[in-house]
Amino acid sequence: MSKGMVDVPPRGGFSFDLCRRNDMLTQKGAKAPSYRKTGTTIVGLIFQDGVILGADTRATEGPIVCDKNCEKIHYMAPNIYCCGAGTAADTEAVTDMVSSQLQLHRYHTGRESRVVTALTLLKRHLFNYQGYVQAALVLGGVDVTGPHLHTIYPHGSTDTLPFATMGSGSLAAMSVFESKYKEGLTKDEGIKLVTEAICAGIFNDLGSGSNVDVCLITKGHKEYLRNHMLPNPRTYVSEKSYAFPKKIEVLLTKITPLKEKVEIIESSDAMEE
Amino acid sequence: MTKQRANWSPYDNNGGSCVAIAGADYCVIAADTRMSTGYNILSREYSKITKLADKCLMASSGFQADVKALQKHLAARHLIYQHQHNKQMSCPAMGQLLSNTLYYKRFFPYYSFNVLGGLDSEGKGCVYTYDAVGSYERVGYSSQGSGSTLIMPFLDNQLKSPSPLLLPAQDAVTPLSETEAVDLVKTVFASATERDIYTGDKLEIVVVNAEGIRREYMDLRKD
Repeated sequence: MSKGMVDVPPRGGFSFDLCRRNDMLTQKGAKAPSYRKTGTTIVGLIFQDGVILGADTRATEGPIVCDKNCEKIHYMAPNIYCCGAGTAADTEAVTDMVSSQLQLHRYHTGRESRVVTALTLLKRHLFNYQGYVQAALVLGGVDVTGPHLHTIYPHGSTDTLPFATMGSGSLAAMSVFESKYKEGLTKDEGIKLVTEAICAGIFNDLGSGSNVDVCLITKGHKEYLRNHMLPNPRTYVSEKSYAFPKKIEVLLTKITPLKEKVEIIESSDAMEE
Repeated sequence: MTKQRANWSPYDNNGGSCVAIAGADYCVIAADTRMSTGYNILSREYSKITKLADKCLMASSGFQADVKALQKHLAARHLIYQHQHNKQMSCPAMGQLLSNTLYYKRFFPYYSFNVLGGLDSEGKGCVYTYDAVGSYERVGYSSQGSGSTLIMPFLDNQLKSPSPLLLPAQDAVTPLSETEAVDLVKTVFASATERDIYTGDKLEIVVVNAEGIRREYMDLRKD
């Protein structure tokens, strides 16, 4: 196919081949496809014995809710979990990829994974893609060095914090944390505060909604509380169930028999071993 | 060199959905009470329904500043009509007035998506549906706003007569009773709230019939 040149395999990183074509198409009036974002509220905080992560469960495609109960707290390692905001495909892919890399690393070293390892793998990947991988993450876990909580931004910068929020509902959640956070919270106080912060995002941010997921990580123990709170039940269910009558009208019936295209030859050899 | 575009837009979308259903002797007009901008909520209790004449109401979603201006304009015109003709405007008359008002601003439109509902001069339910520049039609039911794409197909399935190719075209009004229509509206909004982020908080239902106007509220999801 090539004119004598050796086909060079792609070198990794983002391929910008189609960008000129996309620009030309948008200029001609074609609308670029929207992607599914998690328009989210995700939080994390460090308490007495470890780390607690929280997230809402709404995934949106523009103004429409495409998933009312999705999972935004992703598994990275037995002692590390990561909440993801931004483009759903990006957060899913990047956390899955680093989770696999961590497992291989565990086999290689024979040790429990450290949070800084996950942090470095994630930030290197995101920086490499110059922000095109739109994943904003809250990474938390407990390893031999102690409890850790980090935020990772789509361009690859990171922060290390005692409490953190990300996503479109981050301001609503942060207002709760800034008012009520203190060091040395107990497990129940921590879960209550995380739930309050996520609820603030759920009710005040239109990009977040539905239920609260919580994940608690301490030394040697983790609790993944899926749908820890369901503050949004459906408000009205009609007693009369709705029927969907078949309204397909037959306008015209025309039957065209297919001609015989296959000749069947009766042979005693057919199908014998 | 690409054409330079305006950095500022005079319009904003405050979201929300409206529905109106016409019956044999009643009309149901409903809208949610959430007003939002971008991802933020401005109010959980903002009414989108206004009374234009004795038996004629309008529900409007879109840019609420334009909606408010439009409502004031129509109210003023109705007052003048009452002085000149010594009677209330009928629903079809108000329908035509609204259309003309919207088209008057054809080249700087009211960003307002309206449904007009009420009783016509014979006392039958009537619903008119509009686009932003005044194209209108009398129908048996309609929805407008951010949730309309979710609501309209369901109303079509439940209320629309089968294709007029087979049966003679039916009357615009639905055969449902008043309670059935209100039940349908509540179900429709509860469902739209699940999937549209701009619809929610509270539902305001107004029923117009021979006795007068009745208002009802129902809670919707607040997330």
